[in-house]
Amino acid sequence: MSKDIRIKKGLNINLVGEAEQTISKAVLSNVYAINLKDFHGITPKMLVKQGAEVKAGEALFYNKNNQDMVFVSPVSGELVEIERGARRRILTLKILADKTQGQLEHAKLDFENASAVDIKAYLLKGGCWPFVKQRPYDIIANPDDTPKAIFISAYSTAPLAADYDFVLQGKEKELQAAVSALGKLTPGKVHVSIGKSSGSPMTGLSGITLHNVSGPHPAGLVGTQINKIDPINKGEVVWTVNPQDLVIIGELLLTGKFNAERIVALAGSSVKAPKYYRTKIGTEISTFLYASGVNTDNFRVINGDVLTGSKSRQDGYLGYYNNTVTAIPEGDDYELFGWNKPVFNKISATRALTFSWLQPNKKYELTTNTNGEHRAFVVTGMYEKVFPMDIYPMQLLKACMVQDLDEMEQLGLYEVAPEDFSLTEFICISKQPHQRIIREGLDLLYKEIG
Amino acid sequence: MSDKRLTFKKRLHILKHHYRDKKMAPAFNAFHTFLFAPDETTHSGSHVRAADDLKRTMNTVIMALVPVLLFSMFNAGYQHFSAINGFPENFSLWNDFLTWENFWVGITTVLPLVIVSYGVGLIVEFIFAVIKGHEVEEGYLVTGMLVPLIVPIDTPLWMLAVAVVFGVVIGKEVFGGTGMNILNPALTIRAFLFFAYPTWMSGDKVWVHEAVDLAGGPDAISGETILGFLAQGHEYSYSISDMFFGFIPGSVGETSTFLILLGGLFLIFSKIASWRIMLSAVIGSLVMGLAFNGVVDQGWITETSKFYGLMSFDYWKHLLVGGLAFGIVYMATDPVTGAQTNRGKWIYGFFIGFMSVMIRVFNPAYPEGVFLAILLMNVFAPTIDHYVIRGNIKRRMKRLKNATILPKDSEGAAKELKAETI
Repeated sequence: MSKDIRIKKGLNINLVGEAEQTISKAVLSNVYAINLKDFHGITPKMLVKQGAEVKAGEALFYNKNNQDMVFVSPVSGELVEIERGARRRILTLKILADKTQGQLEHAKLDFENASAVDIKAYLLKGGCWPFVKQRPYDIIANPDDTPKAIFISAYSTAPLAADYDFVLQGKEKELQAAVSALGKLTPGKVHVSIGKSSGSPMTGLSGITLHNVSGPHPAGLVGTQINKIDPINKGEVVWTVNPQDLVIIGELLLTGKFNAERIVALAGSSVKAPKYYRTKIGTEISTFLYASGVNTDNFRVINGDVLTGSKSRQDGYLGYYNNTVTAIPEGDDYELFGWNKPVFNKISATRALTFSWLQPNKKYELTTNTNGEHRAFVVTGMYEKVFPMDIYPMQLLKACMVQDLDEMEQLGLYEVAPEDFSLTEFICISKQPHQRIIREGLDLLYKEIG
Repeated sequence: MSDKRLTFKKRLHILKHHYRDKKMAPAFNAFHTFLFAPDETTHSGSHVRAADDLKRTMNTVIMALVPVLLFSMFNAGYQHFSAINGFPENFSLWNDFLTWENFWVGITTVLPLVIVSYGVGLIVEFIFAVIKGHEVEEGYLVTGMLVPLIVPIDTPLWMLAVAVVFGVVIGKEVFGGTGMNILNPALTIRAFLFFAYPTWMSGDKVWVHEAVDLAGGPDAISGETILGFLAQGHEYSYSISDMFFGFIPGSVGETSTFLILLGGLFLIFSKIASWRIMLSAVIGSLVMGLAFNGVVDQGWITETSKFYGLMSFDYWKHLLVGGLAFGIVYMATDPVTGAQTNRGKWIYGFFIGFMSVMIRVFNPAYPEGVFLAILLMNVFAPTIDHYVIRGNIKRRMKRLKNATILPKDSEGAAKELKAETI
């Protein structure tokens, strides 16, 4: 049974620098890196030593809490550096790529007839498990769980994010394999959401429940869709997978190989020629950033979209889960009377001498400036206008800040991920760090109740 | 060349780093951010942020108050001279109201109230910011503007200063500053004045400039408000258009329902204030007013009753006299002390209107109920929100009954996949 979702509450953030829909091949990177911050809550245990040779798809480390869950190398090469931080915590692993790539091949799995146990084991062994995330807590799924449903959002509404309809073209076979296999891991449904009247390659898949989604951001966030389709209750678990990662899962199932290739959108107003690049997980961002050119010196490179991405550097590396890289100007400058003069070049959710409401389709060139200082929560009723879930956002944030576990549970913390609060954070007049507050709340809840 | 010279912006930037981590940093930053929006960039979460900050929000409210303030300055003079010479026969806006004479009375009476309110309040704010090491928050920018508009015109400045100190310290800072207070600071100040100096704050002499000084003498003038007349069962001589446009005596800024309405519409349009609170408060006051009119129509209350005057007052006229309109638009909509949920705002607003009219009628000694009604509802706002949020929680609990909680599959983990530790 298909259920269409129409979101009314929200806000589209139209930015300059949308990626043009042409795919170029990025230069091969010398060094590939895996940033351990991408795997929230995972304590890594190394499986190979520094200086060891690994093949593409070969395990580098495993999860301390579940030694079956291995994380694999995107390329073949030499593990040249294990960068550690305070208390010898591993931060990044760097692999110097070989000239000729070797690939670890697993025996093919007949996933059509395989049991759930076999599929889980195969995905774990093949290094594809980290792509499966779970809610509550927004962490890598626990393979021992049985989720009540699996959600996949193939509709991107985030500003400048890669267009799934475009990047998934021609990947129908892999997608079908992945959803067929994942469908066996749940007694429930595999919910796939696509943009209304879009030519998504997901449309023709079998074994899924298709949802047409329309409306402004955050309509494309999987959390919004879960809340509208089948909200999470205490004790329930749902899994989510990004479509671009489904392709990698599908390829592993079909060929037995872990193929880290990914089509990445390079976007943002600091990029001269924003477009799509074919590259690999962990690649140096500079391999394609400078191919497109930049038009300023002072800009920020973001792994992901501007609302939920993580700050990177010009010499940084593509994140494990990201298929968008955004470059926008830094806003580290003062603005004379910035607080009271009429504003035409920034987006606002109010009309307090801010005029973005006059041109809802205008594209803006936003910087990283906060446009004001951090304050206590004052204004009420704003967040609700861009927060489509049946949750009181400010009350939930406050419950997280005061670490009231009962309140957090009752107000629906199990249903949300930090990204669901990216839009409320964007419009927040008090400039509160919503996503961090929710992340810390989730971590606390996981630690105490888990 | 000019590039060798430091620009003003650069100098301030260097100064800011000089003050960083020092005691006086909040004080410096308050002035710095007044001139320049800060150079701060995002560190976590969203990398871009919307244009609005608290300063802009507060500034918008102040803009909505400026017409009211200007009108009140003219009205101060107009009421003063009219009380002495009688109201002009053929009223003309330009010749009788918007005159320099009137404005000068406003400058000498209203402006000092504004200056004292801002001066004293901001000093207290700065002291607390420096002591507690937080930034100077913008809440007082609006409070400081509201206070002179809701007091009688001849309020002694020392009294106002004492009240402002009390209101800011006890009403706000002890709770942790802007955003944490339970009671509206401006109304706390008003309530302090009312209860500490009752003879000054009520009666029939305080609403027009110099009425108190002239009282008892041969030139004695009246300074009574419409509500005062009604409470005593007297006739008043103001037309409905006088009431609507505000050519009547009253607290400094509360008289012009017309300009308050415009300010309210501006606040609703700019999405700063809650239209839910405003609308429901209007509905609440109309409902109460209608109920009282009904009681009079039924003949339960006769002209001998001391409540008759206000109870028989046409229900919709309540919105035109006294501080009801001002309170609804500028005070009830304070987001910190009001209800915070959308449904709660309907209930909160309704009872403000309802209680205001009720207090008016049943308290003839001081027929101005709106500030007491708002303070009362400030106290109840968290309770209202609590029950509204309970509704959401109950919905979630109900859903939980049908939850599909699946058992953990501890046996399922494949055993052949033992990783080796290094």
